[in-house]
Amino acid sequence: MDHDSFSVGYLVSLIIFTGTYALFSLGLNLQWGFTGLINFGHIAFMTVGAYTTILLSLAQVPLILATLMGAGVAALLGLLIGFSTLRLREDYLAIVTIGVSEVVRLIALNEEWLTRGPRGVYGYPLPLEGFRPTLLSKGVMIAIWTVIFAIAFWQLGQWVSRKLKQNAKLQQVTTENEFTPIERSRPIGKLVLAGMAAILGLVLYGAGAASLFNYDYKAGLMLVLVIVLALIFWRLEWLVRSPWGRVLKAIREDEEVAKALGKNVFWYKLQSLMLGGAIAGLAGAFYAWNLSFVNPDGFIPLITFQAWTIVVLGGAGNNVGTPLGAAIFWGYNTITRFALEDNRLLDASRAGAFRIMVIGLLLMILMVWRPQGILGKKEELTLGR
Amino acid sequence: MVDSAAHQPDSSPDNSALDPLANVQNQDLAEVLAEVENVSPSPALELPLLAAGGLIKNFGGIRAVDHASIEVAPGSITGLIGPNGAGKTTLFNLLSSFIRPDQGRVLFDGEPIQHLQPYQIAQRGMVRTFQVARVLSRLSVLENMLLAAQQQTGEKFWSAWFLPKQIAKEEKELRERAMAILQSVGLAHMAHEYAGALSGGQRKLLEMARALMTRPKLILLDEPAAGVNPTLINQICDHIVNWNKEGMTFLIIEHNMDVIMSLCDRVWVLAEGRNLAVGTPGEIQTNPQVLEAYLGQ
Ligand SMILES: Nc1ncnc2c1ncn2[C@@H]1O[C@H](COP(=O)(O)OP(=O)(O)OP(=O)(O)O)[C@@H](O)[C@H]1O
Ligand SMILES: [Mg+2]
Repeated sequence: MDHDSFSVGYLVSLIIFTGTYALFSLGLNLQWGFTGLINFGHIAFMTVGAYTTILLSLAQVPLILATLMGAGVAALLGLLIGFSTLRLREDYLAIVTIGVSEVVRLIALNEEWLTRGPRGVYGYPLPLEGFRPTLLSKGVMIAIWTVIFAIAFWQLGQWVSRKLKQNAKLQQVTTENEFTPIERSRPIGKLVLAGMAAILGLVLYGAGAASLFNYDYKAGLMLVLVIVLALIFWRLEWLVRSPWGRVLKAIREDEEVAKALGKNVFWYKLQSLMLGGAIAGLAGAFYAWNLSFVNPDGFIPLITFQAWTIVVLGGAGNNVGTPLGAAIFWGYNTITRFALEDNRLLDASRAGAFRIMVIGLLLMILMVWRPQGILGKKEELTLGR
Repeated sequence: MVDSAAHQPDSSPDNSALDPLANVQNQDLAEVLAEVENVSPSPALELPLLAAGGLIKNFGGIRAVDHASIEVAPGSITGLIGPNGAGKTTLFNLLSSFIRPDQGRVLFDGEPIQHLQPYQIAQRGMVRTFQVARVLSRLSVLENMLLAAQQQTGEKFWSAWFLPKQIAKEEKELRERAMAILQSVGLAHMAHEYAGALSGGQRKLLEMARALMTRPKLILLDEPAAGVNPTLINQICDHIVNWNKEGMTFLIIEHNMDVIMSLCDRVWVLAEGRNLAVGTPGEIQTNPQVLEAYLGQ
């Protein structure tokens, strides 16, 4: 391992990958973690979002508008899938979504007039491309970066103190405004986790701030992505705690009950599928901007399952767990890539396969040791249906 | 429309209160009531809140419900009894549209509802519970209750974004109402636990409380006393009587005859999917056909 490989630039691109996957997986977490919809074709939303955004912006549509339209078209895809399958039994959705994701990829591959097929699309407009920041605007960007991290750290502190307090009065009823069930577990693991997250956060903050100071295009993309991710995360957290989110969770638990209590289950499932799809479509735009070249090979079904890994790893139905899962996933990816780089036992392609195998193994260990995911609640496992 | 006549039978002086059928212009209602009258020769004096006529449901070769009719007078506590496998739960499923009938009609508040979706029926004020209690396990008991409230602003996607103040206010009111109901069924101390952590009997209580939380006109209870301890059964009966006094109508399936006898104004008996008898609890208790159906040949 040489020293340049772990430079600031590398960390920035790692942040971008992690952020893109976190955004992408947040969409899946809404659909599966909160609503119980089994979507095995999540990549389709990303594909549609990416291609719509870049092709429209190539056709001189302003970038922000093109991005919103990308998310909108991904939501429309959700509408289409939902209308055709959500009235049927649950497993149909799983099958149809797999099919749709392959159909979308094959269309991108074969409709060359639209997508340029396997040759791919490049040279499309990128956000903040021609931006040459002055010292002042660098300061503003670093300030924004600092504020986001400060909020994140503050939230982390709140979380830790809440856990400690809960532990102190384990048997007492929670505060007046708490709706959610009381959690009863020991906080030591949580503290270690919080400590690790804090260290990682500091490193990323430093790298990000340094890259914004020595501004290049990737640093700008990183800032935009983190802002978008933070906004979407914030709104999603608000939504899943609102009465709207309560209906989604009820559908996940038992949709017959939701129906018996007057909830239009079909309509809520459709909303969840569309919103999750739109978020994945937005992630697609960042994916394309980061690679600055896309072709259908970039949208293989494997990515769907990487998102599933991330959601399961972090704990389904937990919006904090998803970015954490994405960070662990990309951390693992990076570390093993460097660790296996110079070894004599495995050539490059075998090393790649080996890393994926180890991911599978780790997931199995996790499922035995902590089936609820890293941030999932253990007591949920012992509940009867 | 017929419902105006149904709701204020006393308001129009020339209303012949003795025969509600005379006033019925609604074709559906007239036909269903005629079906009901076939079974029950002395129909209630008011227009029914719920009336179903000639319901048929086949499951493959089994005819679970075979030309069954039923009627629930507003403000009443109506019982539905019958041996195991008589088709009572299936009839509930037909009434609440969880299953589509092969034939027959259901009228609620004078309007046909058999073509509606289950959620639409709940929204119109008819809510059912399940024989095997179903709770939302990974939500708290309180969240189970809050979910049940109808017409919440915060359940609409865009309102959830833009009206946080109003939603917070509504949530606070719902919370208070939910806690009051939980208190009355003895579940208040469990409000913050996972609903999945409740015992079987507690789940039945939660289901009933949740149904009440929807502010319905009619509650269908499928064996509310099954698996509940005797002291609590008495409490539940007291609550049902109280809620009934406050204007709630009940249709109750129950095998516990003491419950049926003490609560019901009128009892319908079902056997092998068909109406066997209908009458006051006293009449039913001494009806030889009913005794035979229960004791078997
Ligand atoms: N979904 C179904 N598929 C096939 N047969 C069914 C179905 N539901 C009910 N049945 C059959 O219909 C008949 C009536 O069942 P139902 O559950 O309505 O009886 P019940 O009167 O509620 O009995 P119990 O008092 O035991 O609850 C039974 O013979 C049952 O096997
Ligand atoms: Mg039954």
